[in-house]
Amino acid sequence: MEYGLKPLGREKFWLWALLTPTLIGLLFGALGSVIATLLLSFAKWDLLTPPSWAGIVNYVNLFHDEKLLLSLTNTIKFTALYVPGVVIISLFVAVLMNRKIRGVSLFRTAYFLPAVTSAVATALVWNMIYGRDTGILNFILERFGLQPVCWLCTENAMYAVIIVNIWGAIGEGMIIFLAGLTAIPREYYEAAEMDGANGFNQFFRITLPLVTPSIFFQTLISTINAFQAYDYIYMLTRRGQGDSSVPVVVFSIYRNAWNFFNYGGASAQAIELTVIVAALMAFYFWLERRYVVYE
Amino acid sequence: MTRPNQKIILDFVCYALLLLGAVLMVGPFLWMVSTSFKLPGDQFTKTLIPPTFTFDNFRELFSVDISFPLLFWNSAYISILTTVGQLLTCAMAAFCFAVVKFKGRELLFTLLLLTLLIPPQVTLIPDFIIFKYLHLIGTSVPLWLPAFWGGAFGTFLLRQYFLTIPRDLVDAARVDGASLIQIFWKIYMPLGKPALAALAIFTFQGAWNDLLHPLVYMPSVPNTMLTVGLAFFQQQMSHGGKFTVLMAGALISILPLLIVFFFAQKLFIEGIALSGVKR
Repeated sequence: MEYGLKPLGREKFWLWALLTPTLIGLLFGALGSVIATLLLSFAKWDLLTPPSWAGIVNYVNLFHDEKLLLSLTNTIKFTALYVPGVVIISLFVAVLMNRKIRGVSLFRTAYFLPAVTSAVATALVWNMIYGRDTGILNFILERFGLQPVCWLCTENAMYAVIIVNIWGAIGEGMIIFLAGLTAIPREYYEAAEMDGANGFNQFFRITLPLVTPSIFFQTLISTINAFQAYDYIYMLTRRGQGDSSVPVVVFSIYRNAWNFFNYGGASAQAIELTVIVAALMAFYFWLERRYVVYE
Repeated sequence: MTRPNQKIILDFVCYALLLLGAVLMVGPFLWMVSTSFKLPGDQFTKTLIPPTFTFDNFRELFSVDISFPLLFWNSAYISILTTVGQLLTCAMAAFCFAVVKFKGRELLFTLLLLTLLIPPQVTLIPDFIIFKYLHLIGTSVPLWLPAFWGGAFGTFLLRQYFLTIPRDLVDAARVDGASLIQIFWKIYMPLGKPALAALAIFTFQGAWNDLLHPLVYMPSVPNTMLTVGLAFFQQQMSHGGKFTVLMAGALISILPLLIVFFFAQKLFIEGIALSGVKR
């Protein structure tokens, strides 16, 4: 590890020249932004009149303002359903694909397609699919003798949006799990076969424990994505005046800042988001130490 | 039941499940393609093959009051500039972290990785304020300029790959009197091509598909990116009830990425595996 190319003489200068963009990014992009957002979160500022000190009002509002509270519960609900959905379905798909069967690469392309294309474009077609009277989904439901559903009405929109978000995320999750699955030595399964273990046992005794690093990684990534989910929600649920039938925190930040010019309030929400994500990450790493099996 | 029989049944079940899943994954795309070739009067017919086949929806894209060529051009050059900026600055930093020995290397790298935890929403508000005071809102500068100060994801991805390049090459070059910059440019950049290509695809895809940032920095048509243009177009077309033209616009907007994907599929997939496994 301690091997490293030593810069000679004037090369020290070139080393720091190469690092300069990253240092600027760290200093201004990351550190500066966090400090600025923190400061802003204690201020009242519409960018038109001079900023004024607001104390902890913005933070108190997070838990008193009904709309802000709703956005937080929406984000939590979204995450609680989206993350297990993505992890379980992509693991399932990856296990199916990990068998030696023909045409796997064709399937892989098909499953990866939604992950490549823009959520904005595919949301347009989902909007048609979900249509109440004209959509194909209700058409199919009625064919099976079921009642049509108002998918994008307030009471169902959350689930409709979660379905589309999971649909868009399966491709990447599947690739992560396939990489993890192919790393498991074949001999383990052969030995288990000899001992008479059935497929069910093999999955829970061999596959699942050995794939825990991938599960950990995918859960981490999906959680971060869940807290930042925006595109499908914007495209499928937005209403007038920057409102949405499923306002999540990111949606609410945008609305606060760019519809209501309440930059202080929006900053407090951004900090709220950061703190929750950081706390969850800490929890995940604690879980990792206890349950994740590294060979 | 004998073992081979069991395997055949299991294979069959796998096929059936994968096929069903594939229909669900690809279905919306087929629906998009199908609708974009239908007559506006047939837009809600429930057949995959258009009753009457037409190219009119694509022609109409040029006559609507949103200029699709401009949206296309904006998305293209912003995504390309973003990609160039990321490749260059991330590779420069990744080379230092992977190859060069210097004081504070580990600390700096750890700090960089920590920035992955900062949600983009946190940087968005101060960035917006700064760009507003520089009178750059409504221009594309805020969208591509930040790509030129590196990034944790790209640097991490490239560093992981650079670490796998044999050290002997560096030693040999050093014996021949190569400088730091020469080693970076003549050894690491050419040999790092697979990882650079993967990063290029990710970055381009991210920039092309981005909605939140163009919504903040270039919020109004006509001069904006495809994503914002389409969102605006959706409102317009839904009121007018022309979903066929909307689908034609959506299809056109995803076409460049689809083409890249079909030619560079391996890179996409290996890139994701690279970021997820070799940690």
